[in-house]
Formats: sequence, C-alpha cells, structure tokens
Amino acid sequence: MKKYFPVIVLALGLLFLGAKLLPARASSPYDLAGFSRLPVLLNGRLKPLDTVARSSLLVFQGRQPVTTPSGLELTPTEWLLDVFFHSELADSYQTFEIVHPDVLALFDLKAEDGDGKKRFSFTQLDKKLAELDRQFQLAQPVEAQTRTTFQRAIVQLYGSLTAYQRLKHTLASPETDDFLGELRRFEKLLPTGVAAVRAKQSGQPHDTETAKAMLELGQRYLFMAESTNILAVPPDSTDAKPDAWQSVGQSLLGSFQTGAVNSSVLAYAGLGYAWRQHQPEQFNQLLALYRTTLVKPFGPKLTKVEAEVRFNAIAPFYASMTLYIAAFLLAVISWIKWPDELGRAAFYLVGLAWLVATAGIITRMWLEGRPPVTNLYSSALFIGWGSVALCLVLEAIYRNAIGSVAAGLVGFATLIIAHYLSLEGDTLEMMRAVLDSNFWLATHVVIVATGYAATFLAGLLAIIYIVRGSLTRSLDKATADALGRMVYGIVCFATLFSFVGTVLGGIWADQSWGRFWGWDPKENGALIIVIWNALILHARWGGLVKTRGLMALAVFGNVVTSWSWFGTNMLGVGLHSYGFTDAAFMWLTIFVASQLALIALALRPLENWRSFKPTAAPN
Amino acid sequence: MSDLVRQFRDFFVSLKLTVVLLALSILLIFAATLDQVHLGIWAVQQKYFHSFFVLWRVGDIPVPVFPGGYLIGGLLLINLVSAQVYRFKLSAKKSGIWLTHVGLILLLIGELLSGLWQEEFSLRLNEGETKNFSESYRLNELAITDTTDPKFDHVVAIPENLIARSEAIQHPKLPFRVVPKTYYPNAALAMRKGEPAAGTPPSLATAGFGARVEVTPLPITYQQDTRNLPAAYIELVAPEGTLGTWLVSPEVPMPQRFDYGGRTWKIAFRFERSYKPFSLTLLKFSHDRYAGTDIPKNFSSRLRLTTPDGRDDREVLIYMNNPLRYAGLTFYQQSFEGETTTILQVVRNPSWQLPYLACALMTFGLLIQFCIHLAAFIGKRRAARPATA
Repeated sequence: MKKYFPVIVLALGLLFLGAKLLPARASSPYDLAGFSRLPVLLNGRLKPLDTVARSSLLVFQGRQPVTTPSGLELTPTEWLLDVFFHSELADSYQTFEIVHPDVLALFDLKAEDGDGKKRFSFTQLDKKLAELDRQFQLAQPVEAQTRTTFQRAIVQLYGSLTAYQRLKHTLASPETDDFLGELRRFEKLLPTGVAAVRAKQSGQPHDTETAKAMLELGQRYLFMAESTNILAVPPDSTDAKPDAWQSVGQSLLGSFQTGAVNSSVLAYAGLGYAWRQHQPEQFNQLLALYRTTLVKPFGPKLTKVEAEVRFNAIAPFYASMTLYIAAFLLAVISWIKWPDELGRAAFYLVGLAWLVATAGIITRMWLEGRPPVTNLYSSALFIGWGSVALCLVLEAIYRNAIGSVAAGLVGFATLIIAHYLSLEGDTLEMMRAVLDSNFWLATHVVIVATGYAATFLAGLLAIIYIVRGSLTRSLDKATADALGRMVYGIVCFATLFSFVGTVLGGIWADQSWGRFWGWDPKENGALIIVIWNALILHARWGGLVKTRGLMALAVFGNVVTSWSWFGTNMLGVGLHSYGFTDAAFMWLTIFVASQLALIALALRPLENWRSFKPTAAPN
Repeated sequence: MSDLVRQFRDFFVSLKLTVVLLALSILLIFAATLDQVHLGIWAVQQKYFHSFFVLWRVGDIPVPVFPGGYLIGGLLLINLVSAQVYRFKLSAKKSGIWLTHVGLILLLIGELLSGLWQEEFSLRLNEGETKNFSESYRLNELAITDTTDPKFDHVVAIPENLIARSEAIQHPKLPFRVVPKTYYPNAALAMRKGEPAAGTPPSLATAGFGARVEVTPLPITYQQDTRNLPAAYIELVAPEGTLGTWLVSPEVPMPQRFDYGGRTWKIAFRFERSYKPFSLTLLKFSHDRYAGTDIPKNFSSRLRLTTPDGRDDREVLIYMNNPLRYAGLTFYQQSFEGETTTILQVVRNPSWQLPYLACALMTFGLLIQFCIHLAAFIGKRRAARPATA
C-alpha cells in the first residue's frame, strides 16, 4: 500500500483535473454557454462575452458569482444577460464593493446595508451619483500616487459605475421595456421618417409627429453610441478592417442612412426580448441562428474566442494553485514521516501542477499572439512557472523534498499574486506601441523574469534552511550542505539571467529611445538585483560569509526583488510603470518586514539553532 | 615594496572593498530612484550619478553626505583593474571571470563617457515642414538676428546662463549692448486685461508685445514631462542711448522685429538650437490606435533627408524600435501631437557602441563561468554516485 502511495496521489490529481475539463452540466433552460461564446470587440481585442462578464465582475466586486436579493446564485453570464436586457433587475444586485467608510457615508450607507457587509447595488448608489461625480471631479486632477485613500476609492468606484453604465447601453437601451418592438417600429418608420426630418430641416411642410419621433430616437441612439465602448455589431464583410466593428448605437445611427436596421442588432434585440419574456426555446433558436451567421465570416477568429471561454471555465491557474498546496503539504510531512513515498508523491503533484500552468501560459500566448510576459499579471504567472521549473530540477537531483516544498510555496504565492492582479480587469491587454516588439518581449522580458524567479527561489531555499535549522531539529548536516550548494548554484544562475536580461533591456532602450541606460526606476530595480547577486557571490568568494551569511544575504534578495517587481511601479514615474494596485503597498511592507525578521533569525549565533545544538556548528 | 605601499595595494585589490562598493552602489541607486519622484530624472542623474559626492544643503552650505556615482564607479574601476593585475592569472579556468571583468571595466568607462558626451535634442516637425536644426530639452538661448540680407541671417545666440547673470553683454557682431534686466527661470505669460488697476507697476517692457503682457514667476519644475519656460526683460543699449526694453520668453516663439542703424533685427528667447549639416522634411506622419480605444498601436514618420551639397537626397522611415542613424546622430520616434506632427528625439552619443561590446563580453564571460561551475558540479555528482550506490 505504502509503495503505491505516490501513484495513487498522482491518480487523484489527474482525477481532479479531469473533473475540471468536463463541461459543466447545464442547469438552465437557456443556452448560456452559447451566449457567452458570442464575440465582441473591446479594448482593441475580439473577446467572448464570457470574458466581459467575468472581468467586469472581478473589477466591480473582486469575485465572479452574483447573489440576487432573493438569494439566487447567478453565473457571470446570467448576470450579464440581466445587465444587458433586464437592467432594472440588475440594478438591484449588490455587485459594487465599497469598503471605505467615508465613501459609504457619502451615500448615506452603512456596512450592514451591503451583501457581505461590503457589496452594494446600483439602486442603493443611484440617488447620490451627482455627489460621486462631484467628488470624482475633485479627485481626478490629483496625481494618482498622491491621492488619499478616499480619493482612490472614489476614482475606483466611479470607474466601476462608468463601466456598468457602458454594459447597460451595449445591446439595448435601458430606457425601454421593449427594445425589439421599438426597433421594429423604427424600421417601419424609417423611409417616411427620414423624409419628414429632411423636409423639416429645409423648412418644407412635413408630418411633425413623425419628425419628432424620429429625432427622439436619433437622440436615444446617439446617447447609446456615446455611452458604450463595447463594439458588438460585426462588419458586413470579413475583409473589412477590425475597426469596422460598431456599437449597437453607432449601427442604429447608421440606419438613418441605410434605411435598414442591422441584422445583428435585431438578433440581439430578439435575444433580449426572449430573455425578458422568459422564453428559453425562442432564445435558444435565435441564438443558434445568429451563431451560424457568424461562423462563416469569422470562423478562424471564433476558434480563439471559443477557446477563451473554455480557458475561463477550466481556470487552469486555480487548479494549479490547489495542486501546489497539496504538494507543499505532502512534502512538508515527508520530512517527518515516509520521506520516500510522500516525497515522490509531492514531486509528482508539483510536476502535474507545473504542467497545468505550462498549458495555461501557452494557451494565453496563443490567444494573444505574444511571448509569455506582457504585463504585471503575466509576469507573476511566469515568475512562478520559472521558479517551479528550477525546483523540479533541484528535486530531481537531490530528492530531499526541499525542491517540492519550495515549489509548492512559490507556485502558490505567485498564483495568489496573479489572482489579485487580475482584479484590475482583462488580463489579455493590447500592447502599447512603445512595448510592441515581440522580439524584445520574448528575450529581455522573459530572461529578466527568469532572473527574478531564480533570485526569489534562492531566497526561499534560504528561508527553508533558516526555519528548519533554527526552529526544528530536522536539518541534518547532509541536508544543510545540500541546501548550501543549492542556494549558491541558484544565485549563480540568477546573476547570469538577471544580468543578461537587464543588458538586453538596455539594448532595447537604445534601439527605441536612444539611450542605453536612463536610470528609470524599473531599470534601477533590475540593476540592483544584478548588483545584489554579484555582492552575494563576491562576499562568498572573499570568505566574508559562510553558509549562514549566504542564507541571510539570499533572503535579502527577496526584498530587493520584490522592490524591483512591485515597489518601482508604486513610484509611478518612468516608462515602465504599467501596473499597480494600492493594496500592494501594504503587502509589500508586510513582506519586507517578514524577510527582515527571518534575517534576524538567521543572524542568531549557531549555538542557539536547534538543529546544530548538540554537535559542533558545521559553520 | 614597502609595507605602506603593500597595504595600499592590498586595500585596492581586496574583495572586501568590492563588496562594500557594491553595497554602496545599491544604496546610491535606491536613494536616487526614490528621489526621482521629487527631482525628475535629469536632476537625479546630476545629483547622484554624475557627481563625486551627493550633496545636501544645510542652510546654504552643501555638505557631502554620500559618495556619488563618479567616486563609487571610479573606486570600483580601480578595484577591478588592480584585482585583474595582481590577483588573477590568465587561465582557461578563470577565462569567464576575466571576460566578465574586462566587460565591466568597459561598461563603467562607457557610462562615464556617455555621461560626459551624450547630448539629447528634440526635433518637432509638422507635415511638409523642413528643419535643419534640433532643439534642446532644457536649455534656452537669446537669439538676436540681423535679417537685412534676404539671403542670409546673421544670428548671435546668447546662452541662458549668461542672461541669468544679469550682466551687460557686448558682442563684437552687435552694434549695441545686451542688458538683461530681470530674469525668471520659469514664468507664465498672460495678456493684461483692460487698463491696469491703479497701483500695479507698469511693465518694464517699452518695446514689442511686452507692455501688454503680464509675467507671473513660477517655481522651477522638476517634473519629467514639463519644461521650465524662462522669461526675461532685455534692454538693448546703443552708444547713443537705449533702444528699448523687450520682454522675451520661449513661451512666445515668434521673434520681435525692430530697426536700428539702417538694418532690420529680430530678437527672441528660444529653445537652444543645434544646427545640422543636413535637413529633414516630414513627408507623412502616420499612427494607428487599437480599434475602439485610445491605446496607440504604432506610429511612424516618413522623412526626406537632404544635404546642401546634394550628396544625400533620400527618403527615410523612422518608427518605434527602428531609429535613423546618420552623421553621428540617432533619430528616434519619440512621440507625436495631433495627426500630423511628429516629435523625434535626436541623440549624439559617440560611445554608443561601447555598452554593446561590454555587455557581449560580460554575457559571454558569465556564461563560460556558469558552464564551468555546472560541469564541475555534474562531474562531482557522477564521481560521488558509484560510491553511494
């Protein structure tokens, strides 16, 4: 039994993944999956409505599920359908997270009024929107880094509510109960209506009622066009430029010229009608019909859009996170009991989790058509991936479960960081022109990220050494020596990669901006990592530090690297400051403090280390 | 060798010195990064890196508080070279370290040289416009031009720091003295509204547009994207008496005309110019945004490059990551304004190839050293395995 334990664990891991791959059983009479796969153009990218729904909810409330006031659980797609077509219902869902007490006071709300004491509905906020707007106008001119927490909360809430309004005006006008009926009347009225308006403008006799109705509709569609940035109406021909996608409002304004309402607009209005009237069969039929009209012109592009929906549903990085935790626990227990069996089981799980993460990263690369690292979110994924890859190599060589423990920790931690970064919005962004170079993204960014990963890993291994050595008796001499060699080797590796990556960055800067080195904060951060690694190596070669000192220095490498990765973005100056979350500053401070505490622990004399007490210190 | 000399040598050769210098450089870079929020990138470079000591002002006295870039870099250079001379024998095993260190020496020298030699200018062109000069990002000059000859302009350009000194300037090419009366390093100009209120002093300016303009001094800005726009009242004094006082500022780039001694003159305070032996004409500027967004996707400038002697007359295309290198200058696509105005950055850096060479050497050296270590590690494990099995 004991012998088969690793295989059983591996089988359980595979089973867990298999369950994720199975499509979720449909619990709704509506073809929600089909609707979520419809493509729209948003922020320069063709994406499924599924992504629009999920990333909007993450921005609004930091989580994907929605609970209605009557206690019903909605999927992101169901929520989006209500926002699109049944907005008076959606307005009552508590989906906007507000935690700042002063912001709550602004709306005359108490934490108790909210779902989970922090989520509020649009209806609850509606009355004081003018005040929010006023506060936003006050906060907006202040530079982002110097805003107070209140101002930041205001700007964030304002952004969320604006995004919500955009969603509401995307496919139908929220001002009418029967948008389909309105469109039908509009289409019928078009020929006479346009003539009446023309006559009115040139001062000829005309039917005033028709002209007035026409102008009112024109106003309404203009408002719709101005209120959304989601382009849902595909161009008529496939060879049209990607810009040719239009919003429903723009398309309807175009109808004044063409004399007809675009079929996609009508299809969406029809879907809205069926959704409002609770007619799933009609909804599904219309959806199937509309999808077939899309397949012919957009076939290859639809493949990517649909793959993205599958990717969202499988959520490989969350699956990977679970496996990393399991592997970490098994590996730690292996230091106490069943070292071989548990150790191997942990190794298998780490391998599995790493493969899942690899598949996830490759899928993202394919979807985006880019190298792996394009923004802060993907850098977190990649740094975790690189660190775990190094851990796997170490574990394959040393087989002492240290690699697995480190892999579990670093894999989990980086994916958690990635999760919080994903709350900023869609993580597959378009690249700004300055950074639009696949060659440099593939070389400089990837190599620098590998250098970061290695520096973190060296620090983590050093932490394992310090904690096990000083607080437990489990660190025997062989393991201690092995850890010493591991940290030294990884620091060498980190020096090489962080240096080469930084240099490539310099060359890229010389190619695009005309200076090899500009003392930009991010450049400085990378340089500090290189110098710190060089310092560790020189201190070791010069005999200034032995194993314990090496460990303390390697832990400080974590501080240096986290500063370069996140701290520099918080300064908000320079070309590289592309992403930053406010809460990150607090976490960075906590992290740095914890690392300093560990260094202090390492600096205690060896006589006080539990592992080294009985025998003479092995230095 | 005497003891003292040996001690001296040992100090400069020691690895301890290396470690201390590396640690100091980290602190220096870190402090400089934090200070960028207040000082802006250019001032930070001057204060921290292009200096021997970082100075803090205590009252009016600058007090050195930390070694600057030149001092740390210089000591590191000495440390490296002397270690190279005294400690390392040239051998295959050490070849990686050798290459890395030689590369690092070149890199430090390269950074020193580019700090000393590198010049940056900006070139802004509207479609159809031709220019044979670029403009400084920070410096300004007072240009007094004799435009009497329709074929040639005679220009006397006076750097801003001379204006700032507020001393009379007599230039041999000018038949009058230039007397800077008041100078503001940064100021905003606005039209005076209606009749000046009672009690406000009349403008110092007696000629040109200055009498109608109000000048408000502003604090010097260090922000990265804004530049200081100075203003000055300049009096021109001929032997027979004053010609008048003009208000000049780069905020109003149009030169002001006046006549003296039967010749026509123009006076303007403008961004300092660097003239080139060739000219560039913007033929077409193009840029795209991602559909439905304001995110720039790409931008590029098609230009015609011509020299007066007619040797060069060709079209060139500059876009992101694809600069034009010509006559020792490099032209980069930096920015744009509206749909038809391009902003190019012009850099002169004679030592631009040095970092490439240095980095190639260092990368190669580190790679060799890493492989040597790896091979030794694998070899050791191979040897150890049969014993444990």
